Amino acid sequence: MWSLVLPAILGGLTTGAIYALVALGLTLIYGVLHIINFAHGSLLMLALYGVYFLYAILGIDPYLALLIVVPVFFVLGYVLQRGVISVFSLGKEQNVLLVTLALAIIIDNLALYFWTSDTRTISLPYAYTMVEIGPAFIPLPRVIAFVAALVAAVILWLIMSRTRLGKAIRAVAIEKRGAELVGIDVDHTYAMCFGIGTACVAAAACLLLPTFYVTPQVGYAFVLVAFTTVVLGGMGSFMGALVSGLLLGVIEALCGLFLGESLGQIGIFLAFILILLFRPSGLFGRRAA
Amino acid sequence: MLEVNGIKAGYGPVNVLQGISMTIGDGEIVAVLGSNGVGKSTLNNVISGIIKPREGTVRFDTVDITGASPRAVVDAGILQVPEGRRIFPNLSVKENLELGAYRRARERMAVNFERMCTIFPRLRERLGQLAGTLSGGEQQMLAIGRGLMAEPRLLILDEPSLGLSPLMVEEMFNLVQRISQEGLAILLVEQNVVQSLAIASRAYVLEQGRFALEGPSGDMLADPRLRKTYLGL
Ligand SMILES: Nc1ncnc2c1ncn2[C@@H]1O[C@H](COP(=O)(O)OP(=O)(O)O)[C@@H](O)[C@H]1O
Ligand SMILES: [Mg+2]
Repeated sequence: MWSLVLPAILGGLTTGAIYALVALGLTLIYGVLHIINFAHGSLLMLALYGVYFLYAILGIDPYLALLIVVPVFFVLGYVLQRGVISVFSLGKEQNVLLVTLALAIIIDNLALYFWTSDTRTISLPYAYTMVEIGPAFIPLPRVIAFVAALVAAVILWLIMSRTRLGKAIRAVAIEKRGAELVGIDVDHTYAMCFGIGTACVAAAACLLLPTFYVTPQVGYAFVLVAFTTVVLGGMGSFMGALVSGLLLGVIEALCGLFLGESLGQIGIFLAFILILLFRPSGLFGRRAA
Repeated sequence: MLEVNGIKAGYGPVNVLQGISMTIGDGEIVAVLGSNGVGKSTLNNVISGIIKPREGTVRFDTVDITGASPRAVVDAGILQVPEGRRIFPNLSVKENLELGAYRRARERMAVNFERMCTIFPRLRERLGQLAGTLSGGEQQMLAIGRGLMAEPRLLILDEPSLGLSPLMVEEMFNLVQRISQEGLAILLVEQNVVQSLAIASRAYVLEQGRFALEGPSGDMLADPRLRKTYLGL
């Protein structure tokens, strides 16, 4: 029994780390800009294609691609917020939702147009190298993804808690006028925040592709889980996103084990419903006023 | 050092300020008095670059800062401590003070931080605490401390005594007088007429979008119109 459950839990943690990373980006953007970024999944898809083509055309290893894709997507996120989202939302928060939704539709359909709906994968020489952890054997890329996602979370936490930018981001998140009056550039800070959130998604793409695939629709599966993760963790909570991402990965793996592989995600949404019923502010969220 | 000339400003179809002119000299405390909703905060926000005026100019040290961004106004040396304090409740007291030096006097942050802890001993005891958990008076102290961290040349205080206990109000006005002795100019916006006039050298009274009265504080206290409207005498 244990010899089945433990590998499932470990495997679930590795998936959960990716969920957490995607959710960290989402929760950062939500927590600061107070917008639900519907384009998050599309940006993940775009990053997956980026990683795919870097490997397929230039032969660049996905982990090496981190050094390219993450900065590029940071800039892309910055420009999207500053040049598109804030411009087309005309200063109204309710418009932002529509603009990000429009972005998602445009990006998804462009991807479909240019790259068709074919499922693409890459095969790395070390994709099936197994790492032995107690009774479990975990593919090396998944172990890397787990460790890297945690490292990314720590880096994010350090940025937010220790740096001048992090303090400015937290200040703008809750007291925009006060931030303006100490001389913080609010638009720039918003865009930095969107850039960092998008960079999270790009990092997730690099860690994900070695054991996954990419299609123009691939973002949906992740973003749905990421939304669940964010709500479960408490909207805007970093620690919450991390813990609940890992938790959902494990729940999914265990449901997959006991109910059959294809039913794994049922557990995630069941957990979501239960949380909404009994603790709507999430595990780490402040109680709603 | 500050020269406001013929400012008109408002929101949408509403005109709030209808031609405001005033000056503040070096190291001077100037009070702007007026009841709720006459446009005192609007004036502050025009000076701070939050609201663009429809007409008129704002000059600081003869540099035109009309319509400049809030950042540029901070760079020039004007810091506003806004109505309702607007401290960062989710940040620690220490972080709030540090953010005060976000654009100005960053290299002297440590020195100024120590200075704030001396001026506001109560903040020193609470440096690690989240600012949102402070009492109203402490939050006001923090807001002023945050403003001073930037080494402003002109400090705008928007109703600093609002919502404080009588004892705290007393302490607040003493404090304002004390920090002005270090040489910075202060624009004190208040509804608290008597105590403001006691520490200000000059005052303006805002009514219906214009300054209805202006002059040295001593003259103002003696003015029968002011006594009648604002002091009920
Ligand atoms: N953001 C705003 N939008 C529309 N009207 C406003 C806004 N802020 C203030 N006002 C109006 O402008 C007038 C002056 O407000 P304000 O400058 O805050 O007055 P005071 O600070 O003297 O109490 C009031 O009638 C107020 O309702
Ligand atoms: Mg006001």
